[in-house]
Amino acid sequence: MSGLHPEQSFPQAAKAEVNNPQLRANLRKVTTTIREKRLKAVGELPHWEELRVLGAATKDEALANLSDRLLELESSVRARGGHVHWARDAAEARELVAQIARGHGVTELIKVKSITSDEIELNAALDAHGIHAIETDLAELIVQLSRDTPSHILVPAIHRNRAEIQALFNRELGDPEHLSDEPAVLAGAARRYLRQKFLTTRMAVSGANFAVADTGTVCVVESEGNGRMCLTLPEVLVSVMGIEKVLATWEDVSVFMELLPRSSTAERMNPYTSFWSGVTPGDGPQEFHLILLDNGRTDVLADEVGRQTLRCIRCSACLNVCPVYERAGGHAYGSVYPGPIGAVLTPQLLHMQDKNANTLPGASSLCGACFDACPVRIDIPQVLIYLRGEVNAGKGTTLESVAMGAMRYAMSEGWRFEGAVKLARTGQGPLVHDGQITALPGLLGGWTQSRDLNPFPPQSFREWWKKREPGGES
Amino acid sequence: MKIDLFVTCLNDALFPKTGQATVALLERLGHEVRFNAAQTCCGQMHLNTGYRADALGLVRKFVRDFRDAEVIVLPSGSCAAMLRELAPDAAHWEGDETLRSEVQALSGRIFELSEFLVRKLGVEDVGAAYPHRVTYHPTCHAMRSLRVGDAPLRLLRHVRGLTLLELPHADECCGFGGTFSVKNPDVSTAMLADKARHILETGAEACTAGDNSCLMHIGGGLHRLRSGARTVHLAEILASTPERVWA
Repeated sequence: MSGLHPEQSFPQAAKAEVNNPQLRANLRKVTTTIREKRLKAVGELPHWEELRVLGAATKDEALANLSDRLLELESSVRARGGHVHWARDAAEARELVAQIARGHGVTELIKVKSITSDEIELNAALDAHGIHAIETDLAELIVQLSRDTPSHILVPAIHRNRAEIQALFNRELGDPEHLSDEPAVLAGAARRYLRQKFLTTRMAVSGANFAVADTGTVCVVESEGNGRMCLTLPEVLVSVMGIEKVLATWEDVSVFMELLPRSSTAERMNPYTSFWSGVTPGDGPQEFHLILLDNGRTDVLADEVGRQTLRCIRCSACLNVCPVYERAGGHAYGSVYPGPIGAVLTPQLLHMQDKNANTLPGASSLCGACFDACPVRIDIPQVLIYLRGEVNAGKGTTLESVAMGAMRYAMSEGWRFEGAVKLARTGQGPLVHDGQITALPGLLGGWTQSRDLNPFPPQSFREWWKKREPGGES
Repeated sequence: MKIDLFVTCLNDALFPKTGQATVALLERLGHEVRFNAAQTCCGQMHLNTGYRADALGLVRKFVRDFRDAEVIVLPSGSCAAMLRELAPDAAHWEGDETLRSEVQALSGRIFELSEFLVRKLGVEDVGAAYPHRVTYHPTCHAMRSLRVGDAPLRLLRHVRGLTLLELPHADECCGFGGTFSVKNPDVSTAMLADKARHILETGAEACTAGDNSCLMHIGGGLHRLRSGARTVHLAEILASTPERVWA
């Protein structure tokens, strides 16, 4: 997996992941814990539901006026000494970062955890230019050192356990002493490695959680403080930001400072929130570039149903409550955006044109837990159902569409449905063994993989009703 | 009250006893039950699988069949959620604003069985008797789309002889999800395995719910495991009396 494009369909990829008992045990443990913590953190605020409504409305307002907000952001950033660039797609954004790096002659840069940079596959592109990007978020560092890919928006190494990290650090960080598997020891090794990078690297790349149009302020919210080191120590800072991250005013940010930490880490407030506006002579980076990335977002915005997806503040609450994510794990989604939000965002960012990504809207039992957890009220089940329709519309006639059409025809009249049920009852004979169906053919075979099925009973409800009612036909 | 029963296609064809129990229960409570034989399906399976036009054809048929109903009762949370919550959106997506307003005009008269009894009729004790150990699985659509809340539990607590056992992780989806169970069998199976384990942990003889689709999936899994535990629709428990056991 890399970037947005899944290499396999979801059912194929999930098959491999779901049969890994260690992965399932790890995920079950972590998601159960974080689910309970989130409920507690959210329960502390009596006005949580109103906050969600306000969060959704604030994002919708910014999105409805997106071009104005972005132009305003551009001029505010420039007025404060920053540079603004526009990137239509991943390739343009990557090229812009590489150009800036080359212009400063750097061969190494440090990075703040940024899923947007993963979306555009920045690290690999920079490598091709001979520029090494170093992840400074602990979990991202683990993923990078193990040449792996993130499997969760907030906890990228959720699928790794302590022993694996011990072996990895002993191998990769070239520590003179053998490290124990104590979390404090492992974190200490990462700290020594990263501190040296913070103090010697001249350029940093970040994403952005929010940007404020009227003040030209960019914001990063994090837990470890590594981000703040990257945002303050180097000479040059480049922030790559999806265009949907812009908010109108400084006050708007405050809503999300309540919604985001409680939804993502179940904390009342996250440890580090950094804001910067352009450049300040003698303090912090002396050169600041903001890259505004579209990469499919304008198309998503143009869709009346799909556009609510762009409200997402990447808190990952939907992943942690999703029963499908919990069983299949993040890699099964084949995109940097896993879980329920990934199932709606990834195919849309790919213009509904990617065959594998188009299986993602099907990767849900539509249980609705994601909608209840979403701090900005994205009706993910609604979007999933809508996108399933969009996917089918692009497919033409299939075995499934014919079967569905036939069922629709059978159900177009009461008597026709009755006839179809009678026919099925007669036809099911060879499938019934000891009063149960244990193996179904064709499209329905997936059912009997793990479940038996009651056969059609001798009498349907409507047949019973007819005989029951004195005046009914029979 | 004159009650129109929308039995749903799945119950009609595969679980007629649930429909019969619903009729028996509502009649026992003194209501007149009507069954319009023209009815078929709410269109949920088509809509959720991405066949919007087919689904809306069925929604149009539902509106035609039930336009004059005083109240429409369904022994299915997911079909009620389809008609009340999803169908208006889907009609709007297809640009059929007439259908949208027609189905919206009906939505205040559409009730899932447990919410009809508790919220509309204000009845919690329906005079049922069912001397068994039972655990209740709150199905996703009833819980999250319809917000039936504890209505089914209130009804179950008044059933004579019934021991209600709390289901661990009750609000987790069983993994059915309609065609999801066939298209993503591995994930669905993993979800079912956890649900079945939690049900068996309670020591219940039966797991009940307000939706035979979920119960068909859970029951099919329990049967495959040769566990001895079975599934039974809420209507069949509520219809049961010492004289006539439905489930």
